[in-house]
Amino acid sequence: MIEIQNLTKKFGQITAVDNLNFTVEKGEILGFLGPNGAGKTTTMNIITGYLSSTEGTVKVCGHDIVEEPLEAKRHLGYLPEHPPLYTDMTVREFLYFVSELKKVNRRQARGQIRDIMELVGITHVSNRLVNNLSKGYKQRVGLAQALIGSPDVLILDEPTVGLDPIQIIEIRKLIKALGGEHTIILSTHILPEVSFICKRVVIINKGRIAAIDTPENLSQNLRNFTKFTIKIEGPDSEVAKLLKSVDGVQYVELAGYQDNVGSYVIESSKDVDVRRPVFHQLSKHSYPILELRSYDMSLEDIFLQITTEEKEVV
Amino acid sequence: MLAILKRELKAYFYSPMAYILIGVFILLASASFRFVIYTGIVDFSSFFLNLRVALFVILPILTMRILAEDRKTGTEKLLLTSPVSLTGLILGKYLAAFFVYLIMVVTTFVYQVIVVAYSGHVSAQTVGAYVGLILFGASVIAIGVLASSLTESQVIAGVVSFVSVMLMWAIGSAGTYVGGIAGKALKWISIIARFDNFTRGIFDVSTVVYYLSFIFIMLFITVRVYERRRWTKG
Repeated sequence: MIEIQNLTKKFGQITAVDNLNFTVEKGEILGFLGPNGAGKTTTMNIITGYLSSTEGTVKVCGHDIVEEPLEAKRHLGYLPEHPPLYTDMTVREFLYFVSELKKVNRRQARGQIRDIMELVGITHVSNRLVNNLSKGYKQRVGLAQALIGSPDVLILDEPTVGLDPIQIIEIRKLIKALGGEHTIILSTHILPEVSFICKRVVIINKGRIAAIDTPENLSQNLRNFTKFTIKIEGPDSEVAKLLKSVDGVQYVELAGYQDNVGSYVIESSKDVDVRRPVFHQLSKHSYPILELRSYDMSLEDIFLQITTEEKEVV
Repeated sequence: MLAILKRELKAYFYSPMAYILIGVFILLASASFRFVIYTGIVDFSSFFLNLRVALFVILPILTMRILAEDRKTGTEKLLLTSPVSLTGLILGKYLAAFFVYLIMVVTTFVYQVIVVAYSGHVSAQTVGAYVGLILFGASVIAIGVLASSLTESQVIAGVVSFVSVMLMWAIGSAGTYVGGIAGKALKWISIIARFDNFTRGIFDVSTVVYYLSFIFIMLFITVRVYERRRWTKG
């Protein structure tokens, strides 16, 4: 659906986007992650034809954005960082204007606008001036604008910025529901959003792809150890010694001790599962395990690790 | 293009902008017409020359927001990522401003009705002067659209187009003083000196062609400005 090849964008001496390559399949929701200034918005501006790349090509539904801009743009819906709204129009008027702009059949436009307004929850403000809407509602009108003409590809630049927590949940659900029918690229720096919505993640840093995979794979591949916290009843020095004696355990630390119950942090190498040997060892000495919890590497950890690793290289 | 034209026309009349500018134009035109009546309805050229001066100020204000505002508020992202060609976009914007200008011109027909009521006929000179007035205004609007494409500040756009028109005036006047071939050349370039010929009843087809070419070139450069910005802007 979207093919990006060797995409490079230079602003004078500064390279904002450096040789990006990735494709997005039909119906996929791709998360586009990166710290501020990583080149997310620039990349999205190039995909939508607002900017031209210095090198490389972007194809949307098989149409090159530079060679056949009108064909490619017909398949695109774009919600930029700041929703592009004419504030002197009412919501309904504005959406009619956009549908004319996107050359939606006049007869279809009416029903489509009604459905979209229902979908993003702006029907009750449809006759109000865009100028008088709150930030959250403006954001929704921006999303509605992108959906008009039911484009195959949606490019959403930080779609949940400025919304209240309830709205954020609603919009995330909405975006998730839109996947399948639409191909979506979604940029954000809110990480739980990505793990909730996206099937695949591209992490970019300083204009380059730092990682590209599913959120699950990313967290597995990046961890080179497994980490547990474990609560055990028994004298701490003896239990710690026992834990250390288990094959595969590389590191034990006492995190807290109260009323003869210690909580320990255990690390082992990635490919060894030490939970069973630990159990056997402790049961042999009748020290009961009260709690066992594994640390899952969150997207935050991955993100930090990738973006800081890059920094070290530079 | 049609969608943009409609939207821009609405925008003019949603804000007080169009009403104020048309109002000011009518005020100045009426004052000028009163003067014509006092001096006797013989020569109408001073009426058109006065309108011309009013337009020096009114048209740059009319056009200054037309592209600069979209750039400032970010709505140009919507326009430029829609399946609309750049030419269609610029032309839609241009025509919207042109239509508002046409409304201004049409209001002055009232005076001509009065003139015809008294004199009993429409003079060819007046018809020619109207053609000139419309073409002249259309050219100034084209300058304004180009100026508006160069910056995101409406004020700068307005000032640039006003100064450009003033420069055109200066070139035309300079032509009169310089004389000779150089003077002719200067007068040939100036969109204002050419308009003055119309008001004197000189209807020249080559001047019509000149104005249309001028408008075409201004709009063509505007399209190129946008094309170029796609590669350079951040």
